[in-house]
Amino acid sequence: MIAKPTIPDLLDRPGSQIGKPVSRVDGRLKVTGGARYAAEFNTPGLAHGYIVSSAIARGRILAIDTAKALALPGVLQIFTHDNRPSLPWFDRKWKDDDAPKGSPFRPLYDATIHHALQPIALVVAESFELARYAARLIHVTYEADEHRTDLRAAKADAFTPGKDKGGFQPPPKPRGDADTALAEAEVSVDLNFSQAVEHHNPMEMHASTVIYHNDGSLTVHDKTQGPINTQTYVCNVFNLSTDAVRVISPFVGGAFGSGLRPQHQLFMAVLAATTLKRSVRVELTRPQMFSFGHRPETLQRVALGARKDGTLTAVIHEAVQETSQNENYVEVVVNWSGQQYRCDNVRLDYKLARLDTHTPLDQRAPGAATGIPALEIAMDELAAKLGMDPLELRLKNYTDVDPNTGKPFSSKELRACFQQGAERFGWHKRSHAPRSMREGRQLVGWGMATGVWDAMQGQAVASARLGIDGTLTVGSATADIGPGTYTAMTQIAADILGLPIDKVSFQLGDTNLPMAPLQGGSWTVSSVGSAVKAVCDRLRDRLAGLAAGLNDGPLKGLKADELIFADGFLIARADPSWRLSITEVMRANDLLVLEDEARSIPYYKSQMQHALGTHSAIFAEVRVDEDLGTVQVTRVVSAVAAGRIINPKTARSQVLGAVVWGIGMALEEESMTDQRLGRFMNHDFGEYHIPVNADVHDIDVIFVEEHDDIVNPLGAKGVGEIGIVGVPAAIANAIYHATGKRLCDLPITLDKILGA
Amino acid sequence: MRAFSYGRPDSVDAALRGVAGQPGTTTEAAVKFVAGGTNLLDLMKADVMRPERLLDISRLGLDQIEEIENGGLRLGALARNADTAYDARVQARYPMLSKAILAGASAQLRNMATNGGNLLQRTRCYYFYDTGTPCNKREPGTGCGALTGVNRIHAILGASDRCIAVHPSDMCVALAALDAVVRVSGPKGERTIPFADFHRLPGDTPHIDSNLAADELITAIDLPAEGFADHSTYLKVRDRASYAFALVSVAAALKLDGQTIRSARLALGGVAHKPWRDPAAEAGLAGKPASLETFREAARVLLRDARVQSHNAFKIGLAERAIVRALAEAAGVEHS
Repeated sequence: MIAKPTIPDLLDRPGSQIGKPVSRVDGRLKVTGGARYAAEFNTPGLAHGYIVSSAIARGRILAIDTAKALALPGVLQIFTHDNRPSLPWFDRKWKDDDAPKGSPFRPLYDATIHHALQPIALVVAESFELARYAARLIHVTYEADEHRTDLRAAKADAFTPGKDKGGFQPPPKPRGDADTALAEAEVSVDLNFSQAVEHHNPMEMHASTVIYHNDGSLTVHDKTQGPINTQTYVCNVFNLSTDAVRVISPFVGGAFGSGLRPQHQLFMAVLAATTLKRSVRVELTRPQMFSFGHRPETLQRVALGARKDGTLTAVIHEAVQETSQNENYVEVVVNWSGQQYRCDNVRLDYKLARLDTHTPLDQRAPGAATGIPALEIAMDELAAKLGMDPLELRLKNYTDVDPNTGKPFSSKELRACFQQGAERFGWHKRSHAPRSMREGRQLVGWGMATGVWDAMQGQAVASARLGIDGTLTVGSATADIGPGTYTAMTQIAADILGLPIDKVSFQLGDTNLPMAPLQGGSWTVSSVGSAVKAVCDRLRDRLAGLAAGLNDGPLKGLKADELIFADGFLIARADPSWRLSITEVMRANDLLVLEDEARSIPYYKSQMQHALGTHSAIFAEVRVDEDLGTVQVTRVVSAVAAGRIINPKTARSQVLGAVVWGIGMALEEESMTDQRLGRFMNHDFGEYHIPVNADVHDIDVIFVEEHDDIVNPLGAKGVGEIGIVGVPAAIANAIYHATGKRLCDLPITLDKILGA
Repeated sequence: MRAFSYGRPDSVDAALRGVAGQPGTTTEAAVKFVAGGTNLLDLMKADVMRPERLLDISRLGLDQIEEIENGGLRLGALARNADTAYDARVQARYPMLSKAILAGASAQLRNMATNGGNLLQRTRCYYFYDTGTPCNKREPGTGCGALTGVNRIHAILGASDRCIAVHPSDMCVALAALDAVVRVSGPKGERTIPFADFHRLPGDTPHIDSNLAADELITAIDLPAEGFADHSTYLKVRDRASYAFALVSVAAALKLDGQTIRSARLALGGVAHKPWRDPAAEAGLAGKPASLETFREAARVLLRDARVQSHNAFKIGLAERAIVRALAEAAGVEHS
């Protein structure tokens, strides 16, 4: 079901595009290979880089012997900390739009090794194969120091961070007295959780192709979630002016947060290109994709107290997460636990512990994806102890205001998610007792959970150019990492100006376009979509004015709101036979093009008075092999309340993909650390398990109707993150229902099921 | 990738001339045969294997599946895994083998991989693949990273303190259970290697996987007439439903007289440096009723010497359950 519009007329006239399941406008390019990704841009004389990674986790490089490699014909240069050019000293020069508090990692800066697989040299050669071969001939001697990569050991030294990263607030002060309330609760649960390290592992590995021009300027093709972020970093680190660096990244093969910060292959490629005055490409290998940011390992405790009728009386959520030695990566994890349910006694605590690792990095629903499963598994345990239906328990403690702040939600149709999701799933047929459903050796279990994510909006600017032939080009320097941004923006623009989809094109991924923020946090439709709407509204008003000014025209004197824009025409509401085509209006005014630019700014005042969030209810069915502990997730229903859905086809794809990842998070994904070497060991797709087709069965996505006039001018909240949040909990809860085993350490691999 | 030379012999004799005089076993050889390349090329790109010369044998023929005099089948060394698994005779007479092959890899890999290559594929131990870590199999004398590291997927049987890696093949587990015979050609003509003697335990020489000499070529794999088609199965337990190596796998085959076991074959994958068979466990099944209790006892016998590492203790219980489940499925015994 698709949300109805909150803006009058947006859907109700013929030819409207918002809310239609439009196929990806870039689909053909993608399936025919016409879409070019960062490592696919070529130029004559392109040189190729290959990165050498550290074998130790902490210490110093004593020597790097590059003689044998350099002696190979075709090897152009080997960059190390010994021969790098001068680089900036101040941390601020190395910061990017997603940098947390601290000192960003500087590749090749000095001999210090901060973490395993750290890049320590770049070989540049005439071919990729030669560069890779030469890299094998480099001999490095190290002096190793003791490292610490074990979060359980480091937990004792955990500290409380401040507001150390944009987008995240420290936990609110405790309300009531949660510990006393827990001790006095009629029913209580107290569980410890762990979440393994996950790496983003997009299909496309990180790559940068830097084209060097004769005047010293650069064109940079980078795998990034924000071209402007890449440009800023390159300009700051290499002391270049913004007009000397243009970033063009029209396509990104998945990123999931890994492209929010410039990664070291960008630094390496620019370093080589500016030094050698040649175009250079550097692409990471799959194992090297485990050498930078990741979803941090997390240890949590959730304790809940309740009255016998299910009324929550205490919520305690404590989390300790890893960060690096050099930066305070925070994703807070616990705050949503104070927001989801009505409860008077709440204590939330969030700490960081430093490990000798690369700084963690936002990964799909950072914080919520880790924290919400802990809360939702604890709620399931509480329901089991109360002998209450898990869905009933959630309804019992439902809240329409955010208890953390006391502010009402701008919209929250979670009840509808519960109702429609439960109905689609057949939840009412669930037998309460664990181990009460089976088919042969397969134990069947049903579990549910809720999900939440913040609905955010940033400032963005969009430009538009309307030709007299009725073709419209809109642009903004955002990215499309896969959600369907090209398509959604095209629909918004086409809708507002009443144009067919094929008359509209949207441009992104280019720093010559107007400013857009990083693509992340599910805020692109909200931020950039609002800018597209703003600039198209402006063109619409101008066209209306031009038409009204035509004294002998049929629309003379009519105001913009007295017109409908459809099929390339301006049409009078009063009488649809009074109409002019866009071409007629522009020709009569001697205009070949109409151009404009607009910035959208969040409704700060009304937004400040509300809590803004997307919500979901997830229902899952599992089959657990009683003998072998293997789990199949046979059915998932995800019901999502995310405001208006611009494109139900691409939005559904987003949620489907997120549910698949949720299956992986619940059952499979784990970067395993060898504590003695301080190194992730299963760094390839053979041994880092993500779901394969055979792991994925029925997934049903429902978008419930949700009106919201506050969240942004489109009333659309975005669905990039919400699809994953809570899925691991629904699966863990289904496993409990199937087996009677309460498992709190993700991923739940079969050894944990057999051992419990 | 290191530079290597490439040759393409047009006959078995020419291929053998290309490796003539090489000492030691094929694992250590500087001149190697390549057919499907599904494992060797990856290992070369990762700088784990560094052959100086590759002889491409993919045009030698040797890709037929033929009847042989003993009533069995001869699987050509260069027949593709997929063609073997879907061969009507293999499916009808050796369903356990067909099932095992199809439990491995992906459709694309099975289309490329050959039967001979399947026997020679190398372990998926993390440390073997990561040249930044110690590994006695990759670089003898550097130590075993897995012993003190991440060893969830490692051996519980037949390992040594030099190496705890496991053999990754599914196909080989079924071939071991079937008592297949490996036919090889070498400088002294043809010889046959019983399947049980083909792969090695790590001992003090974990860098050597098999007893195939460096100057020999696998030409075929012979299956005996007995295929246990009525009572056999292959059960693979892994961390996801497809495209993962076995944590434990079981090839189980029985001859039954009514409900009495006349003879049994039992081979395990994912637990040792080679497909694991235990004559005592198999002998103990003979003459016993086909019951869960019998199967549990067989599992206990087979696993009596199992030794665990820090992360793989679960494999003993899992192997026991998998053995019982596979035998019950092979026997058609209700499992409850």
